Amino acid sequence: MDNLQPQHTNRQYEEELRAVRADLLKMGGLVEHQITEAMEALVSREEAKARETIARDTEVNRMDVEIDERCVQLLALHQPAASDLRFITTGLKITTDLERIGDNAVNICERALELNEEPQLKPYLDLPRMAAAAQSMLKDSLDAFVRNDAALAEEVIERDDEVDQLNYQMYRELLSYMAEDPKTIGRATRLLFISKYLERIADHATNIAEMVVFMVKGRTIRHMDKKKHE
Amino acid sequence: MSDKLAARHFNAYFGQLRAIHDINLTFPANVVTAIIGPSGCGKSTLVRCLNRMHEVVPGARAEGEVLLDGEDIYAPGIDAVLVRRRIGMVFQKPTPFPTMSIEDNVTAGLKLNGVALKRPERDRIVERSLRQAALWDEVRDRLRRPGASLSGGQQQRLCVARALAVEPEVLLMDEPCSALDPISTARIEELLLELKTRYTIVLVTHNMQQAARTADLTAFLYAGELIEFGNTRQIFTNPARRETEDYITGRFG
Repeated sequence: MDNLQPQHTNRQYEEELRAVRADLLKMGGLVEHQITEAMEALVSREEAKARETIARDTEVNRMDVEIDERCVQLLALHQPAASDLRFITTGLKITTDLERIGDNAVNICERALELNEEPQLKPYLDLPRMAAAAQSMLKDSLDAFVRNDAALAEEVIERDDEVDQLNYQMYRELLSYMAEDPKTIGRATRLLFISKYLERIADHATNIAEMVVFMVKGRTIRHMDKKKHE
Repeated sequence: MSDKLAARHFNAYFGQLRAIHDINLTFPANVVTAIIGPSGCGKSTLVRCLNRMHEVVPGARAEGEVLLDGEDIYAPGIDAVLVRRRIGMVFQKPTPFPTMSIEDNVTAGLKLNGVALKRPERDRIVERSLRQAALWDEVRDRLRRPGASLSGGQQQRLCVARALAVEPEVLLMDEPCSALDPISTARIEELLLELKTRYTIVLVTHNMQQAARTADLTAFLYAGELIEFGNTRQIFTNPARRETEDYITGRFG
């Protein structure tokens, strides 16, 4: 759907499609917020913030179910074709990735609560950096979705490597902590998990971007080598 | 896929009005090709040109070539009646001859073509045609009953049998299911899948989903012009032309 195309003659159909788009963006915004709050909870060591964020996940799940139901209904009732069909099937998949990102934010909060039981192991510099990278990937993939911008989506896909790199660095650093001092193992493994969750968030943002490319271009680029992305 | 039928630089007129504009379209053998487009786009006119039925309308004329196995059916000296034997047609409204028996309906085309048949040969052709039209099992015990005694869906299949009795090579179907209920429609669509192994089929339909379900290739016509032609799968998931996309997604403007 872009603004240059004429509207669907069936106005209700047109409205429904717009509603799905709006809901997806709302869900995306909520999930972006969850990541911010989770990282805040980690860095500030505030228990209440962690718990609130975990509780708010039910809202993410509710939106997932609602959007899916709307999409299935559109498929059943309107037999969408071409770009509408690609939009709706993309929407179905995006809700799954957003819901998983929401779960990862919850996981970060759970580890943060566990970490609060011991003194902080080290200053948190790299994890916020990873979070910022993953969040910007998510934001841009959703922008690409709104604007039917395949070029932006492809750019997001390229950035996944950066987060993978940061994850690997964290892994090596934390491994050396644990090797030197077994008393750090509890905290180090939990930080490792958090790094993993952030890496997964970036992967989900990449999935969203790949779906956007499919939606815009009508070709699947998922699971292809990067070289073949043209 | 070789081209059984092809239209080349084809134009059709009703008096001064040009209904078909310079169309180039190919119909590969043993394939169902659908022609879709809004009312008045020229799809029925085009199809009637494919077996020289257009010209029976007073004031109607055609320009360009229609090639059947590479030979132009509009070439001077070609007998239009023979063309219509090789390229058969089924219409929107089932048109069995109502008082004629079912078996006489089937052989009506042969009779009109002056083919005289002995009884055994006749019976063989009647059975073969009715079997190919997936109607034999339902009517085998009442072949002498009148054609009008059948249901709408059965009548349409009788018309298909009638068209097949003369052993055409191409079957043109102009909205064959428009007057039928969903179950009869589904039976005829099923039939197309079998028929295409033996014949080449051109299906005109205003029901896009029918084209999506049954056709291998789809041509989109608009205002007498061919806008896009390609694999049905591609047309319905990622059409090349904006006009095609707008039509199939219901953006009629």
